Amino acid sequence: VKPMLERLGAKVWDPSKVVVITDHYVPTYDDESRKIIRIARDWVREAGIDNFYDEQGICHVVLPERGHLRPGMFAVGGDSHSPTGGAFAAYMFGVGATEMLGVLVTGEIWLKVPHTIAMDFAGRLQAGVSAKDIMLFLIGRFGLDGGQYQAVEYRGVAIRALPMQERMTLCNMTAELGGQTGLISSDQVTKEFLKLPDQETWESDADAPLLAHHCFDATELAPQVAAPHSPANTKAVTEFRDVKPTLAYIGACTGAKLEDLRMASLVLKGRKARMRLVVAPASLRDQKAAENEGTLEVLQDAGAEFLGLGCGICAGYGGNVLGEDVVAISSTARNFKGRMGAASSQVYLASPYTVAATAVAGHICDPREMLQ
Amino acid sequence: VRAWVLGDDIDTDVIVPGRTMKFGIEEIAKHCLEAVSPGFSRKIKPGDFLVAGRNFGCGSSREQAPAALKHLGVAALVAQSFAGLFYRNALNLGLAALVCAEAKRIRDGDRLELDFHRSTIANLTTGENLPFEPIPEHLMEMVRDGGLLPHLEKRLKCRTTS
Repeated sequence: VKPMLERLGAKVWDPSKVVVITDHYVPTYDDESRKIIRIARDWVREAGIDNFYDEQGICHVVLPERGHLRPGMFAVGGDSHSPTGGAFAAYMFGVGATEMLGVLVTGEIWLKVPHTIAMDFAGRLQAGVSAKDIMLFLIGRFGLDGGQYQAVEYRGVAIRALPMQERMTLCNMTAELGGQTGLISSDQVTKEFLKLPDQETWESDADAPLLAHHCFDATELAPQVAAPHSPANTKAVTEFRDVKPTLAYIGACTGAKLEDLRMASLVLKGRKARMRLVVAPASLRDQKAAENEGTLEVLQDAGAEFLGLGCGICAGYGGNVLGEDVVAISSTARNFKGRMGAASSQVYLASPYTVAATAVAGHICDPREMLQ
Repeated sequence: VRAWVLGDDIDTDVIVPGRTMKFGIEEIAKHCLEAVSPGFSRKIKPGDFLVAGRNFGCGSSREQAPAALKHLGVAALVAQSFAGLFYRNALNLGLAALVCAEAKRIRDGDRLELDFHRSTIANLTTGENLPFEPIPEHLMEMVRDGGLLPHLEKRLKCRTTS
């Protein structure tokens, strides 16, 4: 962005409306990544941007955690998982670097007014089943373009019952479902998370037209697993009993928030991992909260190794990417060929519950068995 | 100029691997599509077309995906559908992305010719004419300018002179 701004001789239209967060190239691991982060730090200072969070965690988690999102906002992010912001009833979507430059210079962007696709979940998720399972199920059912680049709205009592960070996982993986954004109406849970004073609720009009309305019963949903090399390659966890991963990974904006670490710890409490178990918490605040409440200790006692804050293995960055022929089970969002390392590596996607249960069992395992 | 045909759901990690993102576009482009079409970056010639099925470019927001294709000289992308984020990125870089419902009728190696006025792709190998959805005018103007950056440059210049 910096050289493009210079070429235009333009300034940031409103530095108070810009938030910069380092996540993809931290912790720095070589000369190139150190250079990229140095450019970012220098530019933020020059451009007069006060909202800068350096090595505090992944942007989609840090942004709401530091109170930068509000229901009713219109926002864009420089990463495809930006629909995460929709969990706060903000219309948020991802853009590339050049388009972000356009926003930085003009404060404007074009948008085709989207249709709404409603995903309605009645009932209540069983213990050991999570938002991640809902998304893997939906992506398996409707495909990587099921969202048709429209607004996907998650509703129903099962969604209302979810804590804020689980709602974030739903909207986050709307990227894999192919929606422009994922949306959830704001309510008491939203207000408490953002520490908002009582204010109006943002929700769809009752008579708003829908492009599609899909209804499901959350109570019937089993934990889901997506086999290599697509998040749409999904089946119930019980179909994968013969798969024996060599690495279990809990990481990323999708799968290593405080709520995700808690899920893993429920399974791992008093148990030991039988394979390499790697945990990279999604934000510094979540990591500290997990430490204070004892969640991290449970993971550590189970044999987990911890990596630094950042996108890390999920984005294929850093020194810990998957080697040749590694079979991994991961709480992240994407298992495209070669994304997390070697093209010969195989990544199975699952919830933090299922990743933890698999680490303990030595093969892909239904976490409900361990939560009884 | 010929068509290079790919399948459905070609993702950005396949178009340009994440491990190459820290490098410049020249190096990134060398690895373009190598996981599904080994040697692609050496085989493709400037002016060639890339043709795909549904949801081309799904996955990340990385602009290096269309940038690498443009760097290799791809004249235009033709697909049954594009992932929204990739579509925006391609146009923002001045690379035409054409939605053609019948893209699957094009075979690998076919010779193609574009007609923007009539919004059709002429397949010179088979003699077929395939319609594509016209790109909205405000976006086409940007593509003609060479992408969002030169387009903004023009706009800002007009503003200072007027």
